[in-house]
This record gives sequence, C-alpha cells and structure tokens, in this order.
Amino acid sequence: MADGAGSNTKKLSMIVTKGSLDWAYPPFILATTAAAMGLEVSMFFTFYGLTLLKKKLDLNVTTLGNPAMAMPMFGMHMAMPNIVSAIPGVDAAASAMMKGLIKKKGIASIPELRDMALESDVEMIACQMTMDMFEYTMDDMIEGPVLGGAATFIETATKSDINLFI
Amino acid sequence: MADQTLDVKGLNCPLPILRAKKALKDVTMGGTLLVLATDPGSVKDFEAFCRATGNELIESTTEGNVFSFVIKRMS
Repeated sequence: MADGAGSNTKKLSMIVTKGSLDWAYPPFILATTAAAMGLEVSMFFTFYGLTLLKKKLDLNVTTLGNPAMAMPMFGMHMAMPNIVSAIPGVDAAASAMMKGLIKKKGIASIPELRDMALESDVEMIACQMTMDMFEYTMDDMIEGPVLGGAATFIETATKSDINLFI
Repeated sequence: MADQTLDVKGLNCPLPILRAKKALKDVTMGGTLLVLATDPGSVKDFEAFCRATGNELIESTTEGNVFSFVIKRMS
C-alpha cells in the first residue's frame, strides 16, 4: 500500500502488451511487489495485454518462436522446436504442463496476483483503442480498471521513477 | 521470540514478500514478525524490502533449507 500521494512516493508505470501465460507474470509480479514496497503503481493494458483484464482468464503458452523454452521432463529439459507447435494439442499440453509447474512450485496464479494488485490499489488502465479494435466492453473486464488512452499513460509516465514496457 | 510468525515455506517469489507485507499490518509498531521461507531468493528480497519500506531486518538466518527473518515493524 502506498504511503499516500505524497511527492516522495516512488512511482512505477508499466505498459502491458502481451497476453500469454508466461508474459502475464512479469507485470503482475512487479506490480504487486512494488506496491508492497510502498510504490504507487500504474499499469496500462494494451493490445494482447488487454486480455489480462478479462473476467475469465484462459491463459496459454505457445512453443512457437520460443527457442529458449525447455520444460523439465523425465529428469531432463525438453526443448520445444518450432515445428512441434504445428502438432494439434502441443500448445495445450505445454500450457497444462506450465500450469502444473506453477502449482507444484508454490507460484501464485495470475488471477491471484491480479487480485492482490487490485487490493493494494494498483491503478489499471484499459486501452480504449484496443477495447474498440477487439470489440470488448467493460462488462467483459474485472471490476477496477478504468478506460484511458496514450495521453493518460504519457502523463503517468512523465511522473514515474520507473517505466517499463512489457 | 517474535510477536508473530508467518510461515511461507514452499511459496515462491513474490509470495513471501506479499504475505509478509500483509502480515506486518497486524504487527504493532515496534513489534516483530518472524518469517519462515524456503525460497532462496528471499534472502536478498527481504533485505531490499526492509530497506525500501523502512522496516528493520533484525535477523536473517539459514537452517538447512529454511530461511528465517525477523522484521521489526518501523513503518
């Protein structure tokens, strides 16, 4: 929780552009941790990142274009070549595997981190242009986020000590 | 002995810090919170957390694979 809106309060702002399970982690981990450390946090959700605000999350990973992805399997690390992502069910299996690891390793789920971010007053701004483009309404989204655009974010960013594009 | 104890064994980053932040709210000013964790990253994390929040890390010890931190609530 921020110590109030005093001018000494450090601020973190983020642009969240990705909506896959793996990319959802960095912004929510940093937002919740920064808030716990007393920073004021603002997250701007745009393009695929916007989907992270949906009431019903169905997050997945893809092996496509991810040469560094290696899942722990059979006591070793199994690489995921691009070609396997063309096989039906592979991305679903990789997603299920990652969700299994998340549970097993005591890692918070994305809905859990998102709730904690809201509880600690992290500001969430949904990109109006993306909402329009992908035909979402605020009814599709969780309670808490407000609508905004580039100017809203730039104003926030100019007052921030840290600004991240994720 | 600390005033309160928080067991976050088995939890991974950033949960130990987030749970500790929450637990500290229930500790009286000047009181202490003992945190038990198994996340090796929490050693550096609790140092940083305490520096940033103005709380005092009065003890940081390791026993086997359990890391213990005693935090004195100062803010």
